[in-house]
Amino acid sequence: MSPVAVKRWVWVHKWTSLICTVFMLLLCVTGLPLIFHDEIDAALEGDTTLPPVPEGTGLRTLDEAVAAALAAYPGERPLFLSFDIDRPVVNVTTGPRARSTLAEMHLTAIDLRTAEIIGSIKEEGIMHVILRLHVDMFAGLPGELFLGFMGLLLVVSIVSGVVVYAPFMRRLRFGTVRTTRSIRLKWLDLHNLIGIVTLMWLTVVAITGVINTLSTPLVDLWRADELAELTAPYEGMPLPESFTDIDAAVDTAMAAAPGMSPRFIAFPGVRFSTNHHYAVWLRGATTATERLSTPVLIDATDGDLTAVGSRPWYMTALGLSQPLHFGDYGGLPLKILWAVLDILAIVLLGSGVYLWAVKRSGGSAEALVARRARAVSEGSGPEAEAAE
Amino acid sequence: MTLWAIFRAPVVIAVASIVGLVAALVGNGLADAASWVGLLVPVAAVVWAWMARRQ
Repeated sequence: MSPVAVKRWVWVHKWTSLICTVFMLLLCVTGLPLIFHDEIDAALEGDTTLPPVPEGTGLRTLDEAVAAALAAYPGERPLFLSFDIDRPVVNVTTGPRARSTLAEMHLTAIDLRTAEIIGSIKEEGIMHVILRLHVDMFAGLPGELFLGFMGLLLVVSIVSGVVVYAPFMRRLRFGTVRTTRSIRLKWLDLHNLIGIVTLMWLTVVAITGVINTLSTPLVDLWRADELAELTAPYEGMPLPESFTDIDAAVDTAMAAAPGMSPRFIAFPGVRFSTNHHYAVWLRGATTATERLSTPVLIDATDGDLTAVGSRPWYMTALGLSQPLHFGDYGGLPLKILWAVLDILAIVLLGSGVYLWAVKRSGGSAEALVARRARAVSEGSGPEAEAAE
Repeated sequence: MTLWAIFRAPVVIAVASIVGLVAALVGNGLADAASWVGLLVPVAAVVWAWMARRQ
């Protein structure tokens, strides 16, 4: 590569990194506890075992569970109902309107064996603050999209970093860390080493993070794109106020898609449904498909099956981007590796800022001469200097 | 050094990483273990470089 080309790539690497670094540091630092949010939540909540019930107690209906949640928040309407995986508990989200804001919604956990409320899940506390800082910096959709753009800059920074890695390493064996000559040189070598080994992991986490920031527009696209045809016959009809049997809707949905199990139900009018259907979102039965949801639309006024929704490629990408970003799909050892790689990314970002600051402060003519001399004595050519 | 010599080790580490990232997604048990091994490679490379390639 010509020295001019190297210089250009160095420029790209410097500026894309500098712009996104402070946000990436925020994401890496807040992301660290989020990797272990299941474990932390469990520790903060304390004992979550359900109260004992007489042996042979059956399950109450989903309608009873919804009624219990609505009794706690009179005047609200049901928006979502989700199923716990490992215990007979459903979580009912209610709100004043079909398109309630997150702040207006209430989430109530209900024991399906008794149809009694076991707790309202409050969106507060330290883990919630960390999550919001990580997702949108408390700035809603614009905040999400902004962080998505910063993630895109990180991807450009990674690519340009790999390009300038080559001229820099021309005379160095892989993994060399020169610790004795100067602090700057040690951190330069560590920056190059950490950057090149975390390349794949960081790229995947960055790209999947960017995709996750697009979840709101992608769901809207899916609604406009895939559901438009199904909802055409209901054009102009008001939002129904009373709905048919929820359990029957779930049974109908599961019969239409054998082998799948319900993940959550979106009530009519919410973003994940149409104005006239229950959307019963089913998860696949295998490890590979359990992250991918397929919606089955049930007419909420008569309980008839309208359609098994299709899953366009962008919804598949969104479904797969969640585990690949969170690192929560391979047990505790994977989470620990995720955390170590996250810490390495923090060192990578920090050393990048350090190297830039040192180079800036050493920009005088004297320092330049000294650097040239050092570059010669270290046996690296002008290209390597440019790469620094 | 040729381009290949420079990127040989990084390519091996990147392939191990991507195998690790995908393995746990498609299966459980052995596949999870494969993902741990795959993603241990980049971490181990840093430790190895610090132990063996420090000058």
